[in-house]
Amino acid sequence: MRVSAVQIVAQVAAYAAFMAMLGYFATMPAYTYVDSGAAVVTLSFRHAGAPVRECRRLTPEEIAALPANMRRPTDCPRERVSLLVELRLDDETLYRASLAPSGLAGDGASSVYQRFVVAPGHYRLSAGLRDSRREQGFDHEMAEDIELLPGQHLVVDFRANTGGFRLL
Amino acid sequence: MSAITGTRVSRIKRLARAGFERVESLFDKIFTPAWNPLYQLGALGWFYYWIVAVSGIYLYIFFDSGVIDAYESVERITHVQWYAGGVMRSLHRYASDALVVMMVLHLVREFVMDRMHGPRWFAWIVGVPIIWLVFAAGISGYWVVWDKLAHYVAIATSQWLDALPLFGEPIARNFIHDSTLSGRFFTLMVFIHIAVPLVLLFVMWIHIHRHAHAKVNPPLGLALGTLIALVVLSFAHPALSQGPVTLDSLPAEVGLDWFYLFLYPLLDDYSGLAMWALLGAGTLVLLALPWLPRKRPVAAVVDLNNCNGCERCVLDCPHSAVRMAARSDGSAYLQEAVVDPALCVACGICVGACPTATPFRRRSALQAGIELPEYPVVKLREQSLSRCEKLEGHDRVIVYGCGRGADLNAVAGSSVAVIALPCTAMLAPSFIDFMISRRHVDGVFITGCREGECYERLGARWMEQRIAGERDPHLRQRVPRERIATFWAGVDQGPVLAEELAAFRARLRGLHDTDAPVSVRQRKAVVHAG
Repeated sequence: MRVSAVQIVAQVAAYAAFMAMLGYFATMPAYTYVDSGAAVVTLSFRHAGAPVRECRRLTPEEIAALPANMRRPTDCPRERVSLLVELRLDDETLYRASLAPSGLAGDGASSVYQRFVVAPGHYRLSAGLRDSRREQGFDHEMAEDIELLPGQHLVVDFRANTGGFRLL
Repeated sequence: MSAITGTRVSRIKRLARAGFERVESLFDKIFTPAWNPLYQLGALGWFYYWIVAVSGIYLYIFFDSGVIDAYESVERITHVQWYAGGVMRSLHRYASDALVVMMVLHLVREFVMDRMHGPRWFAWIVGVPIIWLVFAAGISGYWVVWDKLAHYVAIATSQWLDALPLFGEPIARNFIHDSTLSGRFFTLMVFIHIAVPLVLLFVMWIHIHRHAHAKVNPPLGLALGTLIALVVLSFAHPALSQGPVTLDSLPAEVGLDWFYLFLYPLLDDYSGLAMWALLGAGTLVLLALPWLPRKRPVAAVVDLNNCNGCERCVLDCPHSAVRMAARSDGSAYLQEAVVDPALCVACGICVGACPTATPFRRRSALQAGIELPEYPVVKLREQSLSRCEKLEGHDRVIVYGCGRGADLNAVAGSSVAVIALPCTAMLAPSFIDFMISRRHVDGVFITGCREGECYERLGARWMEQRIAGERDPHLRQRVPRERIATFWAGVDQGPVLAEELAAFRARLRGLHDTDAPVSVRQRKAVVHAG
């Protein structure tokens, strides 16, 4: 196949244009995910609520009515209560939600992952979690003065076995 | 309402097709039709895949998958052995990006060219998961580098996945703090980044499975050109990491690879579920396109009385719609052709390959061994004769073309008859012989889709080879080649087609002085006089 000099030059130009497009859009234009002057607070944990009701002791008649291989002294529900969680920064409520338990039977842990972009500065951060069947108030609470720096990422975690809320 | 919508869609398609053809015309001039990258989109996609695979294997040899090791090993690969590992990394990235470009162009082009209906549904449908797999492979690749971009990709992707009710614990929790980040997660990501491309390769193989003579390798010159260009780009603008991850700060500004991550910024404004719904709806639309209402031509049928089991139709069918089977009619021939109507697009290429599709037959009715019920060979002969009967001059030409190339009616005239075939290769070479040697015309002009871009994939190629005597059925040696012209013209090349035809007719007029065939009317006059 005979290719003229003009064609070769045009081919080089076409390749160059294609490569320029690849090279440019491989990283440009830059994308701003979070304003570099802002701070981010992430509320994230996974925790199982209490069962929706207390275990009930079965009567001898009820036990006898059960198949022999399934007889047990108590009847405990699988379902768990939804968690109520609240996160506040000074007087502002950043997040307040009821977190349903996971699983088809509603017997798994509830989880949350929420991100909040806030201005840097000094704040009073408070968090509350209700994981029991109570109607009012929280079972776990924390409040702490924090200093958020530009670009900082503060995580509000919760671990029941290490004392509740903690900041990471 | 649907009719109006249909009209609008077809207008959009016509505009898009014209746009493609303009660029194709330009690229024909720059690259020549044989190297035109727009005719090689699928093959180029395969080529880029292999570049990504080879460079990926090289990178994997030096890559460590630990939380800290991943970034450091990629930095070592990039900077310490910049001449090899660095180039390989850049090739890995840019070839991946080029693969996306080829894939999208291939998809759009096949759509505007209407290449997803009939039996082509299979390749189209299999192509849809390829899109998902390419993006899954690419996005997981950005994840394993574990730089700031990877951090962003990890957070955004995991938050997006967490919108689906599939995971007990949010995946995004893995990336909130060093204490929640596990090296095992990286091992999983590396596994995904290797496994998904392997699955992709398998699906790509299925994608072309039904194509006879599938193009999976671009022409050598085009392959070399694009490879050299990628290497030059790799040296000039190497792919670099965007700084190590620190989980106590979020990536503020990242250099996105827009080829793979163009949807990610939308996650800032729309919920993960909305974005999944968007992708799901887009996928469903793509999957539904082949089945939108459309008239389907009747598939080719085999006439066993005329089929001698020569197998030429099987060899020429571009859609693998014809196969040979044991004879079912007790004939002495061992085999017979069998058409799968589900795969047949009624292009007629098999008819052109059939040795019995000859217009010279007089003793028995003209019936080929394989025929298009909607356009039998006898009808083609009748049309050819009737349209040439009144042609005048010494440059009488019959133009055989296809409905997908330049407008044939625009070149019809007192000396030019035109016949549009489903595909030019439906014309058996014996028709050319018949029209010239019986002096129904002074010349035969064959045209069709743009050179290198036959709608039926192989029609133009087979036609050229038959005329050149390189493929059965051959055009007989006795046919003067100077009375035959081929010119492949796209929709936008009507004026060029007219010019080529005019030049051909001028040559025919020149031949008249020395070797003029007697016209039909003259011949009749001679017969009457006798």
